[in-house]
Amino acid sequence: MIVDKIHTENMFLYYSTKMALNNISIKIPEKKVTAFIGPSGCGKSTFLRSLNRMNDLIDGVKIEGKVMIDTINIYDKNIDVVNLRKKVGMVFQKSNPFAKSIFENIAYGPRINGINDKNQLDEIVETALKNAAIWDEVKDRLGDSALGLSGGQQQRLCIARTLAVNPEIVLMDEPASALDPLSTSKIEELIVQLKEQYTIVIVTHNMQQAARISDHTAFFYLGELIEYDKTRTIFTNPNKKQTEDYITGRFG
Amino acid sequence: MTKKNKKSGSSGASAEEHRSDLIDITQKRFRIGDYLAEKIIKGVAFLSITIIILIFIFVFREAFPIFNTSNEVKQPGVEQPKQAAQETYGAVTDSDPKPETQETYGAVTDSANKPETQETYGDVTDKPVVPEKEGLKNAKLESASKTGKSSYTVSAGSGTDDNQSAVKTLLTKDWVPVSEKPRYGILSLIVGTFKITLISMLFAAPLAILAALYTSVFANKRMKEIIKPTIELLAGFPSVVIGFFALMVLATFLQTIFHYDTRLNSFVGGIAMGIAAIPIIFTITEDSLTAVPKSYYEASLALGASKWQTAFFVILPAATPGIFAAILLGIGRVFGETMIALMATGNAALMDLNPFESVRTLAATIGAEMAEVVFGDTHYNVLFLIGSLLFVFTFCINAIAEFYVKGILMKRIQGK
Amino acid sequence: MITKANKNIKGIIIEGVTLISALIIIAILVIMLLVIFIGGKDHLTWEFLTSFPTEGMTKGGIFPAIYGTALLVIIMSIAAVPFGTITAIYLTEYAKENSVIAKTIRFAVRTLAVIPSIIYGLFGLGFFIKFVGAHIDGAFFGGELKWGQPNVLWASLTMSLLTLPVVIVSVEEALRTVPQDLRAASLALGATKWQTIRKVVIPGSLSGIMTGTILAVSRGAGEVAPILFTGAAYYLATLPGLGDQFMVLGYHIYVLTTQSANVDQTLPIQFGTTCVLLLLTFILNMTAVVLRYRIRKKKNR
Repeated sequence: MIVDKIHTENMFLYYSTKMALNNISIKIPEKKVTAFIGPSGCGKSTFLRSLNRMNDLIDGVKIEGKVMIDTINIYDKNIDVVNLRKKVGMVFQKSNPFAKSIFENIAYGPRINGINDKNQLDEIVETALKNAAIWDEVKDRLGDSALGLSGGQQQRLCIARTLAVNPEIVLMDEPASALDPLSTSKIEELIVQLKEQYTIVIVTHNMQQAARISDHTAFFYLGELIEYDKTRTIFTNPNKKQTEDYITGRFG
Repeated sequence: MTKKNKKSGSSGASAEEHRSDLIDITQKRFRIGDYLAEKIIKGVAFLSITIIILIFIFVFREAFPIFNTSNEVKQPGVEQPKQAAQETYGAVTDSDPKPETQETYGAVTDSANKPETQETYGDVTDKPVVPEKEGLKNAKLESASKTGKSSYTVSAGSGTDDNQSAVKTLLTKDWVPVSEKPRYGILSLIVGTFKITLISMLFAAPLAILAALYTSVFANKRMKEIIKPTIELLAGFPSVVIGFFALMVLATFLQTIFHYDTRLNSFVGGIAMGIAAIPIIFTITEDSLTAVPKSYYEASLALGASKWQTAFFVILPAATPGIFAAILLGIGRVFGETMIALMATGNAALMDLNPFESVRTLAATIGAEMAEVVFGDTHYNVLFLIGSLLFVFTFCINAIAEFYVKGILMKRIQGK
Repeated sequence: MITKANKNIKGIIIEGVTLISALIIIAILVIMLLVIFIGGKDHLTWEFLTSFPTEGMTKGGIFPAIYGTALLVIIMSIAAVPFGTITAIYLTEYAKENSVIAKTIRFAVRTLAVIPSIIYGLFGLGFFIKFVGAHIDGAFFGGELKWGQPNVLWASLTMSLLTLPVVIVSVEEALRTVPQDLRAASLALGATKWQTIRKVVIPGSLSGIMTGTILAVSRGAGEVAPILFTGAAYYLATLPGLGDQFMVLGYHIYVLTTQSANVDQTLPIQFGTTCVLLLLTFILNMTAVVLRYRIRKKKNR
């Protein structure tokens, strides 16, 4: 049975007075990969960032409508944003490891949750690194600086870092856009594995990528959700003309 | 919630078991650490503002009594030996006595522990302070503290007279604070300060601005990397070191060139202060020159202008507000400079426009005399009044400079 | 064609004038350094640095002045660095860039930076000594004069106010070099703002805090005006405690050159002391310049 993990209803987002997201209603299923596609500036990243309230960091952002995770509206007044972000992890476009060792990067999340027991941390770090399919590459140099890793490794490290907090949802904002094809395919493989345990939402500008890894695809254009359906449907038999134009490369 | 998470974390291997399902997001958690940190950080951030306000209050507070003498309760003036006054004040907790002033030559040493310092007294710049009446003290106590009447036993009517006459002498040119009939004419000090400021700016401003122009327009990357840190280092020279250099080397050097009589004069002092002001003027000018968009430069070159024409007719004018601000801040620096003034200007309060005569600046007057005045005395208040003047002056200069940089330069350059 | 040649000559002259201006400034610095170093280098002996003045200050060393300077900058740093750092953290992490509060604080910081140092001296006298100190005496010592007079503590605190803007500006610059990405990463992992600041932002800007501290120390070691009447002493036979007046390098130079009975006799000591002070501040500033250069490079990368 498919459970809706995230669902939004009539959601609007404004940057001060400018409307950036217009009436978004979407249901994202649990333990599937959902891809957001669309030309740059279409609001897909903005929408992604509003799912764990990272937009709160930007001055003047105002959100209307409902954004539900499970059954909770995350924009309710009483929501604990810090805990929300533990539940809804995020991987950024540019890999951003801390200037710490590989181990400390992964252990960062558990540590801020008060886990300081060395054995426990070892275990969490190992699990996370294994889940992110990078364990074999770094297991002998956990004490080295994370900044010494290659771009692709850094990004997988960042994914591992997110997994170490045990989120239910992992948001990925163009996680492979800055990587070479080999690293990209590794990340894609990883994403497909991860959906066994996590609900994954990924923003990508790469349509092939969306087609390869996602179960559902949403097409955004000018701040609106134009079409949302099974990936196969979107790519083979889109309902809307705009979607078709975009998919076939007629614009964007 | 974190505790639960921790517990589940321990079961480890399977992610399923330590999922964050258990984390409750519906209730805002109160995090004491974050709350306190934010409050403390906010509180501390206001410190800068608080300090400015406190400086306002406390510098003015000590200057204020001068203007508050007319409604003073006249009391019979009694010539009190200073010792007596001291004892009385000792009992008055609020009145902050400074009894040691006379013997120990100011803040020189702790008189109780080291009486031998008397020997250092010999060659002071100023004549020893004549014991003053304590009338003003009372004015101060009355207005500013909650002291009981007991302190009035030492009040001296002549002090009040002294006060009033002092206020009358403020706008004269005679600065004779230590005499039977003290006069506190600060005009000569003001003129002296302006004179020396002018000299130092005539020296420092062209040099610093041209150097900044060179650095931002003509210099190649390597020269830039030499000049900028060097001037940063010059900014780090303590003013007492520059004063020492002026006193020992520059004064003699300039005297052999210009053949004037007074070895220490406003010219020497002005040059030395100019050295201190150069880094400020340079840095701000250079910043504003660099802030001029590259497109201006390129557009001008494309129109066939040469590099120097571009520099003078395009970049320099565009950065004028910044340069103006730089000079203003340079003036502020010189205006309040104390140590160089004390060491290299000769310190004679003459009202004279000749640059080769000694001068006494406002700041130097405070520096030289504050240590020897009797606390609460008219002289003391006048020095604080001078301090207030300096403070207001530099405050305004900074505000104007800020206005020029933020308000005009940035608008002009960024087109906002 | 002739006009073009003229233009070129003009250009060369003008570029030359600006170059010469820059060179003059560098020359001034070099001459000052050389004169003072050459004049004082013979006195830079271990003995000079570690012994007390003797024979009415005409002989002996400057150890108490070095000790006093060290004491001053240490107490000053303890006060100024945390407060300066916290203010910088507020400005970069908490305050909204264009809020009235942030603007006011920035204005206050810049004002603090341009207030003449002698005003700090007046403030130190009026506030720390005559107000705080006197009240402490009144409350705890029955009016006996103890803290209501110049001493190391008040001088250091006065100096810390003077150096506060130095710290704030340096630390703020360093905090801004910590990429926004890292803050976002930390927050996205469920860290609170304070955890993010503590574990990501501050460690990332330690070199900036260092730079600020060094610059502040250098400034504090060299300034004399604020301590003229808040604690500096001409001569002390013993090393000072917190409640005593103290000798300090800069004031020592000032006193020896202008107030001593026999200026010529103490000339070598004057040069020696100035040399010590100059080298001290010069080395500190040099370190700060290098550190800051590195920070800026990191930012541009």
